[in-house]
Amino acid sequence: MKTQDWKNLGWSAALLVVAALLPLTNDGYLISLGVSIAMYTVLATSWALFSGPTHYISLATAAFFGIGTYVMGSGIEHLPYWVLLPIAGLIGGVIAALVGLATLRLSGVYFVIFTLGLAEMTRQAVTWYQNQTGHKGTYVLTELTDPDIYWQLLGLAALVFLLGWAIGRSKLGFALRIIGDDEDVARHVGINTALSKIALFVVSGATAAIVGAMIAPRYIYIEPATAFTPMLSFQVVIMALLGGTGRLWGPLVGVIPFTLLWEAISSSFPNQTTLLLGLSFLAIVYLLPGGFVGLYDRLRGRAKKRSAMA
Amino acid sequence: MMANTVISLRGATKQFGGLVAVDNVSFDVREHEVLGLIGPNGSGKSTTLNLISGALPATDGEISLRGGTITGLPARQIARKGVSRTFQLVRLLPSMNVLENVMAGGVFGHRRRWGQSAERHAMQVLEKIGMADKAKAHVGQLTYIDTKRVELARALSGEPEVLLLDEWLAGLNPTELTEGIDLIHRLRDEGRTIILVEHVMDAIRSLCDNCVVMSSGKKIAEGTTDDVLSDPEVIRAYLGDDDA
Repeated sequence: MKTQDWKNLGWSAALLVVAALLPLTNDGYLISLGVSIAMYTVLATSWALFSGPTHYISLATAAFFGIGTYVMGSGIEHLPYWVLLPIAGLIGGVIAALVGLATLRLSGVYFVIFTLGLAEMTRQAVTWYQNQTGHKGTYVLTELTDPDIYWQLLGLAALVFLLGWAIGRSKLGFALRIIGDDEDVARHVGINTALSKIALFVVSGATAAIVGAMIAPRYIYIEPATAFTPMLSFQVVIMALLGGTGRLWGPLVGVIPFTLLWEAISSSFPNQTTLLLGLSFLAIVYLLPGGFVGLYDRLRGRAKKRSAMA
Repeated sequence: MMANTVISLRGATKQFGGLVAVDNVSFDVREHEVLGLIGPNGSGKSTTLNLISGALPATDGEISLRGGTITGLPARQIARKGVSRTFQLVRLLPSMNVLENVMAGGVFGHRRRWGQSAERHAMQVLEKIGMADKAKAHVGQLTYIDTKRVELARALSGEPEVLLLDEWLAGLNPTELTEGIDLIHRLRDEGRTIILVEHVMDAIRSLCDNCVVMSSGKKIAEGTTDDVLSDPEVIRAYLGDDDA
């Protein structure tokens, strides 16, 4: 590792420690906001690990998240909480692999529609099953408090960042950048494009499932409409794009302002949230095509040019 | 098939619906040979190249590399077995610099390297083609011939058994053309095995040991470059009946 790497690692660790101190404020509202930010950070960052380099827009986050929620909901009576987290990840990962095998040969638009359909289909399947067995929802009763959930999500975020950093330096990361640039070239230099894409899709699917499992105790009562809400998939995409997917830290700088904005919108205009979500999507795509990362790179490029001329 | 045959086509055929783009074509490429694949536009040369590299699956026939069949294998496996190519329209990786573009060919290909060893090797290839000073340049800043050089370097960095060049010299101005021909000449002198789809006659004459001529998907002539280029049927295919 180079000195720069150690420096980045040091800064990240320091930020993590500061973030971990949040529950000490004892402010319920702040902590609940912190849970949302930590949750979206994990979801958007792991989403961008796959979609950033490959440019495949996945709307399946809600499907994996919901699956994780239901693994927790249906398992908590029988198995310890800590066992259910990896099981949720495993099931999410396996489903992602199957979906990936079936769909990653599809080109862009078809993949987007398929992933959106997947979330809806899973929701309908769970609803149908519950109707058959005669109960509407599932209770998830644990001793876990908001600070516990917050710390868990923070730990998961740290893991996702470490994993993303490792992938970025690996052959797999290099392969994905080549695939994102030109898939035909990737095939002709010897890259197994399908396998590389599936590997990253599995990472994001498993992560979303674990997040769902971690959040489930917070919902207490889960039903398909909340666990598989398609809104979640869109929010994750918007946040990641707002931040920019070109860098590992990109989604994070999108998640924080967007969660705050969202909080303001949903408390002031509770009936117009979907409309405002759509408008903010348009605004981001038009005004910030590369997200904050792209803006940062453009400004830095301009500054460099100016100093070169001076 | 002789012992040192690198690539061998037997009855290779490619059909697109009712159109037979490559019709029952057979030829061999021996080690250290530079073979020109020539013919008028639309005669199926590039399609033949695409069959060898695995960009397109063959409809019929057999293609083998050093005696092992590669027909029907996906492009990535053919690349790993040692077939590298450039594309008719240059395809560089736009988000990467020159060095990374060249490394891309050497990390997953026939001879695989990673990390510093991959970087060192890519640098050596860049030195060989005269672009070491532009290793950190972004590919968007390159001149046309330099983009072609980078693509060639990418193909070379996997140390392929055979190199497929699809009209690599097309679109170059006269000065660049001389440089380009010199560069391929150096590869030839190194003893590389090359299949060259080309229109530039000067290049064909000075670079190719042998030529296969195609017309309307069929092989119409094969032999040493001089023989083939003076064959009346080849001239007729190129220029039409009146001039032959």
